Amino acid sequence: MLTLAKNELYRLFLSPLAWIVLALSQLILAYLFLTHIDYFIQIQAKISAIPGAPGVTELIAIPLLSNAATLLLLIAPLITMRLIAEERRNESLPLLLSAPLSTLQIVLGKYCGTLGFFMVLLFLISLMPLSLSLGSQLDFGLLASGLLGLALLLASFTAIGLFLSSLTKQPSIAAMTTFASLFLLWIIDWAANTQITTESSNLFSWLSLLNHYQSLLQGEVNSSDIAYYLIVISTFLILTLRRLDSERLN
Amino acid sequence: MSSVLLSAQALSRYYGQQQAVQNVSFNINKGEVLGFLGPNGAGKSTTMKMLSGNLAPTQGEIIINGYDLLTEPKQAKAHIGYLPEQPPLYKELTVKEFLVFCGQINAISSTKLKAAIDSVIERCGLTDVTQRLIGNLSKGYQQRVGIAQAIIHSPAVIILDEPTSGLDPIQIKEIRQLIRDIATEHSVILSTHILPEVEMLCDRVQIINKGQLILSDSIAGFAQQMQTSHLLLGLGFPPAPDVLENIAGVLSVETVNDGLFKIHYSPEQNPINELVWQAAHQQWQLIQLTPQQHSLEDVFMKIIRDETQHSGQGV
Repeated sequence: MLTLAKNELYRLFLSPLAWIVLALSQLILAYLFLTHIDYFIQIQAKISAIPGAPGVTELIAIPLLSNAATLLLLIAPLITMRLIAEERRNESLPLLLSAPLSTLQIVLGKYCGTLGFFMVLLFLISLMPLSLSLGSQLDFGLLASGLLGLALLLASFTAIGLFLSSLTKQPSIAAMTTFASLFLLWIIDWAANTQITTESSNLFSWLSLLNHYQSLLQGEVNSSDIAYYLIVISTFLILTLRRLDSERLN
Repeated sequence: MSSVLLSAQALSRYYGQQQAVQNVSFNINKGEVLGFLGPNGAGKSTTMKMLSGNLAPTQGEIIINGYDLLTEPKQAKAHIGYLPEQPPLYKELTVKEFLVFCGQINAISSTKLKAAIDSVIERCGLTDVTQRLIGNLSKGYQQRVGIAQAIIHSPAVIILDEPTSGLDPIQIKEIRQLIRDIATEHSVILSTHILPEVEMLCDRVQIINKGQLILSDSIAGFAQQMQTSHLLLGLGFPPAPDVLENIAGVLSVETVNDGLFKIHYSPEQNPINELVWQAAHQQWQLIQLTPQQHSLEDVFMKIIRDETQHSGQGV
């Protein structure tokens, strides 16, 4: 499984796609980071007088992580699309299927490899707010909770992307469906916001990927939010597993 | 008793309503090369995929080296090497990187990995290309990497699905040589639709048509099936066909076109000698004399015909 994950990560970095994604996402987020700092400097004088006013972490780091999530929503499908769809297209899947590996190992290997890439990305993103600690006092608890949220979000994106990639032979279709599903899960709580609270809107807001991320961004580490992400991840990994197994049968 | 390395019992496979493979059973013994022969779409690849664990059979069981492929897939798969029709390669890796990965997923311990890789690189003639990207290699070399991938973990049985398709004649020759080398150490199952390939490489032949095994025979028995009893005779100044028909051993003469005859003869009495002698003496000007070999289609037709005759007698 580790071998597979390593191989997946290695091959990802052999393609220009990974480097371009890393470089461009850094570029865009760095720009956003600067605008947030700019804004903070502008209002710093006004808020310094108020006791208990939001600090650097709330005004720079958290908005940055929130922006990063939106950006990654767009990027994740591009990375996950190739996972199984491309192997199918190149007809290289038999290599894994006829090796003494269980389907679980194949799925987890691919999942962990891609997750590894996203963790590299997350690390690079986290360097930006951390650099503020050179000249300011950071709320590390809040930052850690935000980063945990982003990590869980990415892990869910990867699981969903992996499953949708296992459904098709065309990477572009995998990318489109992944993007559509992620976006739908992102905005599904809008239905909850616009209506008076009913049971169905509660369900919708519970389903929303964004909703659970928001509370982590506010520094609330609820086990229910973490459980939500773990449920999403394991559901889609199991679906992928079933899908690959059923392919052998049908 | 020779040891059976792979045994397939009553394999059937449906694709929806369509039956691709129907009740196929066979064994492969240690050190044997089994040729799987059949026209395109006969169910060869489906059978190969089932043997390699890429497809689950609808019915039947596969035992590899004592392990059931369906209930103990991991142990069973450790004893097979599989090269599908399209070699499964990661084109962005170099040959060496790819083989390291293959060795690792086939659970070769890290201490033995280097020796295993060096040995397959040498056996498959990849020494000069170890640092090149697989995507930049010619089709022949890619096929070799595919074979290297299949044999890296020294499996008991190697399954090769049309290993020479799409190669040029020189590459075909090299790949056949390679398969022959491999066969000295492993049991090989080879699928193909090229007759001479089977004669050249295999100890035993199985013919599959429309999903059914219609013949399973040793190569000698198969050669018997292949023997025909007609030859093509071309003459510059041909005599009347009945003159030819009167030559001892000739059963019938078919005129193909002006001066070209298809001569059927009884297997007991070969008329070639007599024909040549007559042609020389009567100045028929012999242009062509070709013993005809059955094409794969002919063999099929013959076998299928024999089968229907047998079943007809049974009724």
